[in-house]
Amino acid sequence: MWKFSLRRIMIMIPQLIVLSIFIFVLAKMMPGDALSGQIDPNIDPERIEEIRVQMGWYDPWHEQYASWIGGVVTGDFGDSFRFKMPVTEIISQRIVNSFWLSLVTLILTYLIAIPLGITSGRYNDTLRDQLIQGYSYLGFATPLFIFALVMLWVFGFKLGWFPTSGSVTPGLEPGTFDYFMSKFYHLLLPALSMALIATYNTILYLRNEIVDTKQKDFVLTAKAKGASETRIYNQHILRNSLLPIAAFFGYEITLLIGGSIFIENIFGYPGMGQLLVESVTLRDYSVVTATTLLFGAASVLGALLSDIILSIVDPRIRIK
Amino acid sequence: MAEKLLEIKNLKTSFRIRDEYHAAVDDVTLTVNKNEVLAIVGESGCGKSALAFSIMGLHTRAKIEGNILFKGEDIANVAPSKLNKLRGKNMGMIFQDPLTALNPLMKIGDQIGEAILLHNNTLSKSQRREKVVNLLQKVGIPRPEHVFEQYPHELSGGMRQRVVIATAIANEPELLIADEPTTALDVTIQSQILDLIKDLKDDMDSGIVLITHDLGVVAEMADRVAVMYAGQIVEVGDVLTLFEEPLHPYTRSLFNSIPNAHGTQDKLHVIQGIVPALQNLPRSGCRFAPRIPWIDEAAHEEQPILHEVKPGHFVRCTCYKHFKFPEETKEEQHHGVS
Ligand SMILES: Nc1ncnc2c1ncn2[C@@H]1O[C@H](COP(=O)(O)OP(=O)(O)O)[C@@H](O)[C@H]1O
Ligand code: SF4
Ligand SMILES: [Mg+2]
Repeated sequence: MWKFSLRRIMIMIPQLIVLSIFIFVLAKMMPGDALSGQIDPNIDPERIEEIRVQMGWYDPWHEQYASWIGGVVTGDFGDSFRFKMPVTEIISQRIVNSFWLSLVTLILTYLIAIPLGITSGRYNDTLRDQLIQGYSYLGFATPLFIFALVMLWVFGFKLGWFPTSGSVTPGLEPGTFDYFMSKFYHLLLPALSMALIATYNTILYLRNEIVDTKQKDFVLTAKAKGASETRIYNQHILRNSLLPIAAFFGYEITLLIGGSIFIENIFGYPGMGQLLVESVTLRDYSVVTATTLLFGAASVLGALLSDIILSIVDPRIRIK
Repeated sequence: MAEKLLEIKNLKTSFRIRDEYHAAVDDVTLTVNKNEVLAIVGESGCGKSALAFSIMGLHTRAKIEGNILFKGEDIANVAPSKLNKLRGKNMGMIFQDPLTALNPLMKIGDQIGEAILLHNNTLSKSQRREKVVNLLQKVGIPRPEHVFEQYPHELSGGMRQRVVIATAIANEPELLIADEPTTALDVTIQSQILDLIKDLKDDMDSGIVLITHDLGVVAEMADRVAVMYAGQIVEVGDVLTLFEEPLHPYTRSLFNSIPNAHGTQDKLHVIQGIVPALQNLPRSGCRFAPRIPWIDEAAHEEQPILHEVKPGHFVRCTCYKHFKFPEETKEEQHHGVS
C-alpha cells in the first residue's frame, strides 16, 4: 500500500505543475489589472505605466511564472493589492473556515445520502425507492444558488433560526467552547443547504451499485450458505457497493469547491470561495492565483485520497 | 428400498416477463435418494438451473408451485429463516462460474468460514480456522494456510472452483447440488474437479444432483439420469438404461450427439435447433414437436405425459414406439428396395 501511495503521490507532482502554469496564464489573461480600476484617476498614466514596469508586468510570462512559483513553494503568494498585506496571511483564516464548512458539508452529505441510497437500492422499485429517487432528481434539477437563497431566507431571515452571515459571533474568545459552538452554528445552514442538494449523485450511484451487486453470483453463494438477507447486505452487498462511492470521493470534493463558491457568497461566509469572487472582481491578482491554485490542489488531493482509500478497501488494487 | 432424500412433486417455477408468468420448470416430478447421483441433462436454456435454484430457494422473484420435500418436509415457499437453517448445512450448492461465485472483497478463508459460522457458532475462531484449512486441504488446494489469507482474484479458475466446493461441503450436506460445475473451466481442470466431486461423493454418502451436458460425466458419475427439455422431464431412468436404450427422440438425439465409446460417430441424426425462449414456448401440444418437423402431425400426442415403460424408466409420450430419425427411415427404405 505504501508503494502504491508513493507512486500515486509522484503522479501528483506533474499534475500540480501543469495546474499552476494553467492558472497563472489564465490569470494573466484576465482583462485589466489591479491598477486600472483602483488607483486615483488623477495620477499620471505614465506613473501607472512605470509601476507596471516596476512590478514586472511586461516581463515574459515564464519569467513572471518562475518568480511567482518560486515564492509559492516557500509559501509566499505575494501581496494583495486590496488588503496591502501578504496573501498567505489573508488566506490562512479563510482556509480554516472553508475547511470546516467543507468537512461538515461532506459529513452531512454522506449522512443523508448513504442511508437513503442503501434503502433505495435494497428496496428498489418500491414506493420508498421512488420517493428517494424523486428527491434525488429534485436535488439534481434545483440550482444550488436558488436553493441556498431560499434556505437563507426561510431559516435565516423568516424563522431566524440561524445567523445570516459571518463565520462566528464577534467578540468571542478563540479556543473557548462558545467560540467553537458559534463557528459550528454559523456553518450549519450553509453546509446543510449544500449537502441537501449535493446528495443526489451519491444516492443514485449507491442505489445503482446495490441493485447491480444484488444480482451478482457471490450473493447467491452467500444465500446458499444460509446467510440471512440482513447478513448478505452487511457482509457482501454493502462493502462491494460502497467501493465505488469511495472512488467518487475525490470528485465529490471538486463539486464541493464549486458549490462553496456560491454558498459562501450567498451566506456571507468568509471562506476561500467568497475571497475568490471578491478578488476576481477587484482584480486582486495574487489572491486570485493563490485561491485558484489551492482549490486545484484540493481537487488533486481529493483524487489522491480516493485512490488511497480505494487501495485500502479493494484487495484487487492493493496487490498491484 | 433406497431412502428418499428429496422428492420433487409437480414443481412449476415461473418467471414474470412483461406482466405474464412463464414457466421455466413445468410440472417436474423427481426423486433423489440418499447416496445417489442424479444427473440432469439437457441443452442450455431448458430450465436446469431454474430447477436447481428452486430446490435451494434461491429465486428472488419467481412463482413456485408444487412440492419440494426434503426428508419429508415441504420446503417450497417456506420462510427464508427456515430455509436458511437448511441451506449450507443440509444442502449445499456448487455454482457454474467460479470466477463470479466468490466475493471479491473477502478472504477465501472467511468465505468458507462463513458457511461454518452460520450453522455452528460454538466454535472459536481458531477452531473454525482449523476446519477451513482442513477443508481447503480436502479439496486439493496446496498451501491451504496461505490460500486462507488470499483473495479470489489471486487464484485460478480451477482453484476458485475448489473453494466454491469447499464452501458447499463445509457442513457435509446430505444433498449437494452441482450446477454445471466444470462448464466454465479448462478441459484439463474439468477432469480434476470431477475427480474431486467423485471422491467427495464416495466419502460423504450424500445425495447429489449433478447438472451437466457432458455425457462423459454422466457415464462416469451418475446412477440415474433425468433428461429435460423446455422445462419438462422427457425421460428418466438409470444410467445404463438411458445409455443402452434411450427411448425419447430427444434423449436419443442427445446421447448420439457425442462420439460413442469406440470413438466412431453414430450415424443417427442430431436434432437441429435450440430451445425456444421462455415467452415463445408452445403452451399447448407437445413442446418438442417443432424440433422434429419431418414427423407426421398425426403421430404427435396432444398433451404427452410421462409413462413408466419399465420400473424406474419413464418416457414422455408413446410415440417413441413409431418415431424414426430420417436416417433410420432411409435405411429401411433402402433395405426394402434391395
Ligand atoms: N430470473 C429469470 N427471469 C426470467 N427468465 C429466466 C430467469 N432465469 C431463467 N430464465 C429463463 O428460463 C429458461 C431456463 O433457464 P435456465 O434454468 O438458466 O436454463 P439452463 O440452466 O438449463 O441452461 C431460459 O429461457 C431462461 O432465459
Ligand atoms: S408428441 Fe411425442 S413424438 Fe411428438 S414430439 Fe412430442 S414427445 Fe415427440
Ligand atoms: Mg444453467
